Amino acid sequence: MDAAQNIAHEIQHDLESDGDQFLTFILAGEEYGVDILRVQEIKGWDSVTPIPNTPEYIRGVINLRGTIVPIIDLRRRFQLEAVEYGPMTVVIVLRVDDPDGGKSRVMGLVVDAVSDVYNVPEGAIKAAPDFGSVVDVNFVKGLATLEDVMVIMLDIDRLLNADELSVVAKIA
Amino acid sequence: MSIDMEQFKITFVEESLEGLDTMESVLLDMHPGEADAEAIDNIFRAAHSIKGGAATFGLGDIANFTHVVETLLDEVRNGDRDITQEAIVLFLSSVDCIREMLSADQNDEAIDQGRIEEVKAGLDKMLGSEQESEPASTENNETVSDIPSNQENGWRVIFKPFPGMLRTGNDVVRMFRELAELGEFNAAVNADSLPPLIDMDPEEAYLNWQITLRGEIDKAQISEIFEWVEDDCELEILPLADGNAETVATGVTNNDSTEKNQPVDLQVANPPPERRAAEDRRQEGDRRQPARKASPPESSSIRVGIDKIDDLINMVGELVITQSMLGQLGGDFDMSRVERLNDGLSELERNTRELQESVMRIRMLPISFAFNRFPRMVHDLSAKLDKKIELTMSGEQTELDKTVMEKIGDPLVHLVRNSIDHGIETPEARKAAGKPETGVVNLNAYHQGGNIIIEITDDGAGLNHEKILAKAIERGLVGANEELPEEKVYELLFEPGFSTADVVSDVSGRGVGMDVVKRNIMALGGGVDVKSVPGEGSTFTIRLPLTLAILDGQLVRVGDNTYIIPLVSIVESLLVDQKNVNEIAGKAEVYQLRSDYLPIIRLYEVFDVEPDRRSLDDGLLVVVEGDGKKGGLLVDELLGQQQVVIKSLETNFRRVEGLSGATILGDGTVALIVDVAGVVRLSRDDGRGSNEQIVAA
Repeated sequence: MDAAQNIAHEIQHDLESDGDQFLTFILAGEEYGVDILRVQEIKGWDSVTPIPNTPEYIRGVINLRGTIVPIIDLRRRFQLEAVEYGPMTVVIVLRVDDPDGGKSRVMGLVVDAVSDVYNVPEGAIKAAPDFGSVVDVNFVKGLATLEDVMVIMLDIDRLLNADELSVVAKIA
Repeated sequence: MSIDMEQFKITFVEESLEGLDTMESVLLDMHPGEADAEAIDNIFRAAHSIKGGAATFGLGDIANFTHVVETLLDEVRNGDRDITQEAIVLFLSSVDCIREMLSADQNDEAIDQGRIEEVKAGLDKMLGSEQESEPASTENNETVSDIPSNQENGWRVIFKPFPGMLRTGNDVVRMFRELAELGEFNAAVNADSLPPLIDMDPEEAYLNWQITLRGEIDKAQISEIFEWVEDDCELEILPLADGNAETVATGVTNNDSTEKNQPVDLQVANPPPERRAAEDRRQEGDRRQPARKASPPESSSIRVGIDKIDDLINMVGELVITQSMLGQLGGDFDMSRVERLNDGLSELERNTRELQESVMRIRMLPISFAFNRFPRMVHDLSAKLDKKIELTMSGEQTELDKTVMEKIGDPLVHLVRNSIDHGIETPEARKAAGKPETGVVNLNAYHQGGNIIIEITDDGAGLNHEKILAKAIERGLVGANEELPEEKVYELLFEPGFSTADVVSDVSGRGVGMDVVKRNIMALGGGVDVKSVPGEGSTFTIRLPLTLAILDGQLVRVGDNTYIIPLVSIVESLLVDQKNVNEIAGKAEVYQLRSDYLPIIRLYEVFDVEPDRRSLDDGLLVVVEGDGKKGGLLVDELLGQQQVVIKSLETNFRRVEGLSGATILGDGTVALIVDVAGVVRLSRDDGRGSNEQIVAA
């Protein structure tokens, strides 16, 4: 009886706390999260074809089963110190939607390692404090503490919007 | 039972648009007074299918409108009415209206009711005037097209479905809904034959109805709704006026029934229909333009001839045979069978290539798809501009990739408009110049190498050399005393902001400048040239690649990177002979090739990669030509030639200056395709700083 009740509780709990699922990954010791529904696949780092005249954080393009997918180094995108790619280095392939209703794109993010998948209840994500011009929080959806770890939730649509990429490319 | 009606609707819309195109082209060929029975039949059939389809999909407006058109056409078909110029114009406007209503329905836009009402009033007036002027034919009308006079104000319909009716997929609710759209709808149900629940078969029809419909409605409209169930029910349609006690004739207004004759004075204040139609169309053109851009990218379909499909199936069959042959060979292979393996592999290569070719052919459509809109446009524009213009077309069967076709439409329209607006003179001017009054605009298409060439020729006044030059000097594009060869002068027309309106005439185009025309064509990997003889006319020649999907490429290596240079843009490849290299001002390097001087473009500099060597000595120079400009690309090695499938970088990324796309090589890696014109441009911009680059991009 107790066991059954427990299970029922657990299910109930799961249902209530459902919220959204997030995949988290490690980048320079910090944990970042992205909406898991956007993740198409996770693959190991493989060589890319570099694209000329693009910002340094665009490593190049790969062939993902016949589609050309650009690969972005998140460390360099955040202007963090670059590291050698190791066996843990992975590429997270994501679907990026255009906020203006255009076609969605597929892009890959190079990160240090994948971490975990969390159920994040709604309301657990708090708005990020404003750092003024020190850190651009535009692409941060919010912060959440999950199992004692602070996770930075990324708004990948903003982060990987190709328009922004092209603007950056032009100024650079 | 739920069927996704949407998919049928898409087909319906496509077929209707095709039907409208047919109607339009037949109408344009028609001359007042001579009603070719076959032509009328063609139009009638198209109108009839649109009407039927529209009613099925609940597009009452379109069905009603088309019905009026059909009624009028029916009269023409039966010889009760002569086809007049006015009628042709009216039918053409109706075609526009139906098209507009269809697109409005597809894109969920509001319809310009005023315009539709106007055209409809015109149609009704024509129907009405016939009846007034020839009272004898009124009866005729009635018997032929089943149009009753308006004295009744409703119908009683006794509808007794046979038990099996519902099994045929007919839905009583839908039929009643349609009836309700016609007028004031009242149905009394008779449930006498309804069995007890336990005996009931849910798929059988047990009910019958007595329906009263008030309003001025055609009997034909009602019987049309019951058309599909006629054989599965007992149906009686009786006029209400037959001594029916329920009939209260007063005060029944009927907004839904648009079939009745509208008051005709609506039209009196309007300009004559011919001019109005042309003007409307112009406005409509202007209006449509932004609307089309805003609409979301639609998935389109393509119609393929059955012979092309059969070819494909044959080839796949051969491929399967080759595959099984190779499979067997691989099962127990030893070196004695190497020869058979080679045979098999070359067979496989042939199969693959043929398969690829026929798949590509599926995307090919005759260019008549793009040309078809022009007869109408020329017809309207010449009426509007009071010019006499004949349009001739040749090479309509020349095939072109569908994507290219879609993108070339607007530039073509612009060029043809230009020829009509600015090229062809007024009949008086032509007479004075000793030319026939009727000007000729000719559209021609043919294949040349891997390209398709489209020529737009007019026999008008030609381009005014001096005026263009004067304008260019005024705008500072050309120095005051600069001598320019003829072609260079005409190229000025394509300069951004170079107003063609000021050059020749005050009639403006569609707001798309010639620079946009050129840019669009160049974006497709093509080019455009002008030739003109004063007094004799001008020719615009558009050169386009046949397809955007596959290209013959030369693979080159620079350091660790493999690039692909389109074979069409390569003139030749050579080893650098140091004594032909000159340096201008210590910066720009030029290479003397016979009588030409080529700028040397170091590909590793443009693409910022590490090359094998930087010295020019014995370097490999690939001489390329893009956008009319030549250059020598310095590469490390020529690898080989192959056909590559072009993959867009824009799908997931964005456009990159100097690259036209990417492709996947045999080993699965990505190689970038060089945009020759872009690289030539980039190499020049490098010296001038990156600001220029942003403008250029």
